Amino acid sequence: MIPALVGSVLLAVLTLYVTFGGADFGAGFWNLVAGGDTRGERPRRLIEDSITPVWESNHVWLVFALVLFWTAYPDAFAAVASADAVPLWLAAIGVVLRGAAFAFSKETHRLSLRRALGAIFALSSLMTPFFMGCVVGGIASGAVSANATRSHSASWTGATSIFCGFLFVGACAYLAAVYLVHEATRRQDSGLQIYFIHRAQLAGIATGALSLVTLGELRGANGQLFDRLIGRALPLVVLAGACGLIVLAKLTNRGLRGLRFVAWLGVTAVVWGWGVAQYPTVLPGTNLILSNAGAPTATLDTLLVLAVLVLVVVTPAFSFLFWLQGRQLLSSEESEPTTPLPNRPFHREGSP
Amino acid sequence: MAGWITDVPAVGSVLLTASSAGDAPARVQMGATLGFHIILACIGIAMPTIVLLAEFVGLRQSNPVALLLARRWSQALGVLVAVGAVTGTVLSFEMGLLWPGLMRQYGSVLGLPFGFEGVFFLLEAVFTAIYIYGWRRLGGWSHFWTGVPIAVSGIGGAMSVVSVNSWMNQPGGFEMVNGRITQVRPWQVFFNHASAYETPHMILAAYLVSGFLAASIYAAGFLRGRRDRYHRTGFAIPFAVAASLTPVQLLIGDTAARAVAADQPVKFAAMEYVSRTSGHVPEYLGGIYFNGRVYGGLRIPSMDSLLVGFSPNTRVIGWDSVPASLRPPSPTLIHLCFDAMVGLGTLMLIPGLWGLLAYWRRRELPNTKVFWMLGLICGPAAVIAMECGWIVTEIGRQPWVVYQRLTTAQAATANDVVPTLTAIVVLYTGLGVATIMLLRRMSRRWRAIDSDNAAGVPDPLVDHLDPLAGRRR
Repeated sequence: MIPALVGSVLLAVLTLYVTFGGADFGAGFWNLVAGGDTRGERPRRLIEDSITPVWESNHVWLVFALVLFWTAYPDAFAAVASADAVPLWLAAIGVVLRGAAFAFSKETHRLSLRRALGAIFALSSLMTPFFMGCVVGGIASGAVSANATRSHSASWTGATSIFCGFLFVGACAYLAAVYLVHEATRRQDSGLQIYFIHRAQLAGIATGALSLVTLGELRGANGQLFDRLIGRALPLVVLAGACGLIVLAKLTNRGLRGLRFVAWLGVTAVVWGWGVAQYPTVLPGTNLILSNAGAPTATLDTLLVLAVLVLVVVTPAFSFLFWLQGRQLLSSEESEPTTPLPNRPFHREGSP
Repeated sequence: MAGWITDVPAVGSVLLTASSAGDAPARVQMGATLGFHIILACIGIAMPTIVLLAEFVGLRQSNPVALLLARRWSQALGVLVAVGAVTGTVLSFEMGLLWPGLMRQYGSVLGLPFGFEGVFFLLEAVFTAIYIYGWRRLGGWSHFWTGVPIAVSGIGGAMSVVSVNSWMNQPGGFEMVNGRITQVRPWQVFFNHASAYETPHMILAAYLVSGFLAASIYAAGFLRGRRDRYHRTGFAIPFAVAASLTPVQLLIGDTAARAVAADQPVKFAAMEYVSRTSGHVPEYLGGIYFNGRVYGGLRIPSMDSLLVGFSPNTRVIGWDSVPASLRPPSPTLIHLCFDAMVGLGTLMLIPGLWGLLAYWRRRELPNTKVFWMLGLICGPAAVIAMECGWIVTEIGRQPWVVYQRLTTAQAATANDVVPTLTAIVVLYTGLGVATIMLLRRMSRRWRAIDSDNAAGVPDPLVDHLDPLAGRRR
């Protein structure tokens, strides 16, 4: 019971990181493909305004997930950290570059510097989710051995890993686009709203396709996990698919109410589908299971106390932050207060 | 800020051991990333309190200068906390990437304080965002109160993380059978034997670093002839915080040194050049240890015994009590770092006392150039002292990572660390340079705004700042 609860806590923290922190990385993706200075100025501004006050807080879930992982499953953590050292280093370097470039570009006013920092921000936003996806894909396909002590490229370069890396990038971009539709709507900017609706649709279709491809790859790599995904985790898989279709339908019909939640729920269902299918294994392909993963009972109990503490202390704090952000009470010092931009359709340069 | 633990080897010591130890690159990398992050961590822990103090003064006394300073400091803090958040994340990754042996063995023990640190870190991040981005729309006291949780959780987070390090110095609170942890007592892990002296020592160090660093920036401005109220206030607030805590820090440090003599005698022996266990041990100030002799430095007979046990007859354990393989490398490095820390700490007392005396007599800080030069020096001095302290505690614990339980070599990864070490050194150099350039750029921009103001050009921020203008929601 308690091991399963601790596993759920880790999964919940991962969910929060993927759906909030991931969206911040996805915003970096849209920054990257927003085009030149003039064309990309408005979407970039919206991206910056919406992630500025929240990205650091969202990012902390990653640290929390790492700590939970090594405390509850020290053997698995040591094995993954040894075998997947290369992608983990690349993800960590991406974290540094992304955070620093974003923080610096806000305080930089020279165009050429801003452009360089923007490029670093955008490229590193791809790097981190991709390599984290590779790590997760490798774990899911059972490519990490329990007593790995050395970096092992086969544990993260299999087809499942690579597809999973692209899937992570896609899911981040998809969530970000949906969230940005909401941000544009709230700022009554119908031009940007349409801009991100198109992108959310594209990203949604791409992510859906990538999910299917990854699932197909998984069949060969880890048959047991695949069987369980379409077995006991089927309701969650169906939920994920349904949410994706609902979002696409709503985007097409411009029914934007509840859109963010449905998109969030869809990605959450994928994360939990993985968790349910993998239960009770910590590291597929090994004998490391939840109830026998290395941490004594008192450690697991304390982790549950921590989870309760997060629930009662941190959740209200986060809600407060998002509430303030939602009411546009938070703004950076130098940028002007976010006034609604003129309500004109947003077209590419040159088009009428 | 996430995790500062394990190893802070100075490059010098690593050069001495590199030929023999396979874990050297991992130690250099941990030392470099930790040594970099720790400065930002100090600022993250203590600077919010100083910013809040300035905002308090500003609101309470309707002092627009203090409010302007608080607002600008929080902007700089925003940049530094962001950099600290990512360098802290790197340390979390490094726990596994550099020290899988440590995590495999003790992850379920030392992860617990880290978990609590995570909670504090979450709170800190959330309220920092609210505080920094709330200046414009959340005016007055309600804005002030959104900052209080940052200061509190900064201290809580520091307590948690330092307790991991003190646990490594004095491990306890667990049972081990056949190399597996079978039982954990979280309270004993958290409040381990060394946390009572290590935690307050580090938290005060964070206040000294933040206070003296912030003050030194305004001291530099003052020395360049900017002798206005803005620079005086900008100096006085952080300086008062740091200077008033300096004597407390010296007392705690003194207690900690005695506790180390009892808890980790070999580390203490290296700190004080005690090669043989005996009474009447002399105290060396400075000096280089080479081939069984101390060259140079000032030798005070029996002083070390006196400091350890308040009597010249006190027996002090020397490093001859353990075989050479269980001694830390380079006593010279450890000793000189210890002396530098104590010496700089003592030096930092002077401007505080001087300032206090002047304020008591004339109600203002001294105008003498020497005082402001001392104020300028104290900033870097506090950083150097803090880094030296970490070198002493980390190199001094070698060859152990968990004292008398696990060696650093056993904990280190089998992977080749040199490529990542190279990448990280390049990356962090860039990060450091960019951070300093950015802060300087911000300061230049503010100065331009201020000189515009002096020339009668209105500052768009000022009406938001003035509490009497009543722009509150």
